[in-house]
Amino acid sequence: MTSVISPWQPSASIRALHQRAALLAQIRRFFAERNVLEAEVPTLSRRATSDPHIDSITALCTGEPAYLATSPEFGLKRLLAAGFGDCYYLGKAFREGEAGGRHNPEFTMLEWYRVGWDDHRLMSEVGELLSLVLGIADIQLLSYRELFLQHLQLDPHTASDEALGDCTRQEVELSFAPASRDECLDLLMSHRLEPAMGPGITLLYDFPASQAALARVTEDASGTPVARRFEAYVAGLELANGYWELTDAEEQRRRFEADHRYRAAHKLHVYPFEERLVAALEAGLPECAGVAMGVDRLLMLAGGYRRIEEVIAFPIERA
Amino acid sequence: MASYSTNEFKGGLKVMLDGDPCSIVENEFVKPGKGQAFNRVKLRNLKTGRVWERTFRSGESLESADVMDRDMEYLYNDGEFYHFMEPETFEQHQASAEAVGDAAKWLKEQDTCTVTLYNGAPLAVTPPNHVILEITDTDPGLRGDTAQGGTKPATLSTGAVVKVPLFLEIGETVKVDTRNGEYLGRAKDE
Repeated sequence: MTSVISPWQPSASIRALHQRAALLAQIRRFFAERNVLEAEVPTLSRRATSDPHIDSITALCTGEPAYLATSPEFGLKRLLAAGFGDCYYLGKAFREGEAGGRHNPEFTMLEWYRVGWDDHRLMSEVGELLSLVLGIADIQLLSYRELFLQHLQLDPHTASDEALGDCTRQEVELSFAPASRDECLDLLMSHRLEPAMGPGITLLYDFPASQAALARVTEDASGTPVARRFEAYVAGLELANGYWELTDAEEQRRRFEADHRYRAAHKLHVYPFEERLVAALEAGLPECAGVAMGVDRLLMLAGGYRRIEEVIAFPIERA
Repeated sequence: MASYSTNEFKGGLKVMLDGDPCSIVENEFVKPGKGQAFNRVKLRNLKTGRVWERTFRSGESLESADVMDRDMEYLYNDGEFYHFMEPETFEQHQASAEAVGDAAKWLKEQDTCTVTLYNGAPLAVTPPNHVILEITDTDPGLRGDTAQGGTKPATLSTGAVVKVPLFLEIGETVKVDTRNGEYLGRAKDE
């Protein structure tokens, strides 16, 4: 590695930092008007996410490992179980190894929960916030299946493994053979479908059940089990990921354990999982929907910036 | 042999891909929030000059390619090989017509070129950005016909054909940009 010290100056312009301050104020006003409580939850915790594709940054606290939060999800859900009602977090989250034109390991996240709502009701609120911030009225609602059918003439839920693999190898130049359906779907989504999305707001819902994460799974109109999970994109840039939340403690524990098995099988670090979330679910999480949004990316879109370092004063290369 | 992981990929890094030495042009980190992380990479194949696009799983690695650029003096062409010399060590290298490629039409003896070595042998040759060459063939200049500001093709001593102003004649020397083949001006006698 080189020992050259990066510049001391910020990589973001004064204009971008003024826009950042205005955006944070605008978000807080949006939720204050809707009586959603701003809540701070730990960014340093003894427990970490179990997500198969997200790594935590490990710190030491009183000599013992502690983890920088990859999202405020567990803290906010414990507040919900304790009866605090609608709440949001606007602050830092951390993800190991994520750096590039659209990623910084330390980033600003907005996450909020609505009690009694489902994914579709929350999607419309996401659309409202994005319209307000970006001044875009064009909102397209699309299921994951419709997007694949539109651009690839392939049903992501029912296509055979072979058809999916062939389509992926045809659309993307790979240095490796895809190992699973989800890997094929991720490749097609990031290489082929995101770039094909229009300049407006796209709200994509009904993800494959295998990508449910912490969303509940139900059957869609055609009887296919789908994850009640959605994503928001603007001009092909992924901005937000939301769920109609899982409230079943047993199912939650099974998913944590399945994640652990996946991570162990793939020789990934296995972090201690949040037993307190399972306990909170056992005590009772109200029916709710929640969503997390990348604020740095939202600022990129609002200000017309191409790279994330243009909106972060000191990205990791300068931090 | 050293190898580089996707998070070390950056423009100009020389790596081996499918048995050919390549130079990384661009490396984009791609990760759906809940999905797997990939690196979408553009690489220039140094043998063919073609740009490849390839997606890797984040954390994959490639072997480094033993490729380096050296400034060398062009000596002569023996009919089959082009000969170059390192100015400090006087070490000589012979490059095939394939390695020299399009650069051949700009090579003038004693000019300094950049020779890309792969495993110690010339892989590609880049001529100097500007060369001064003599016109060996062109239509006779038409005096008094400068008002139209036209150009005509002229063949230079190395075989390159460039467009020059009408008033230039055989035996004059011109300065040319090798990157786009454009005439820059009449060279002063030196």
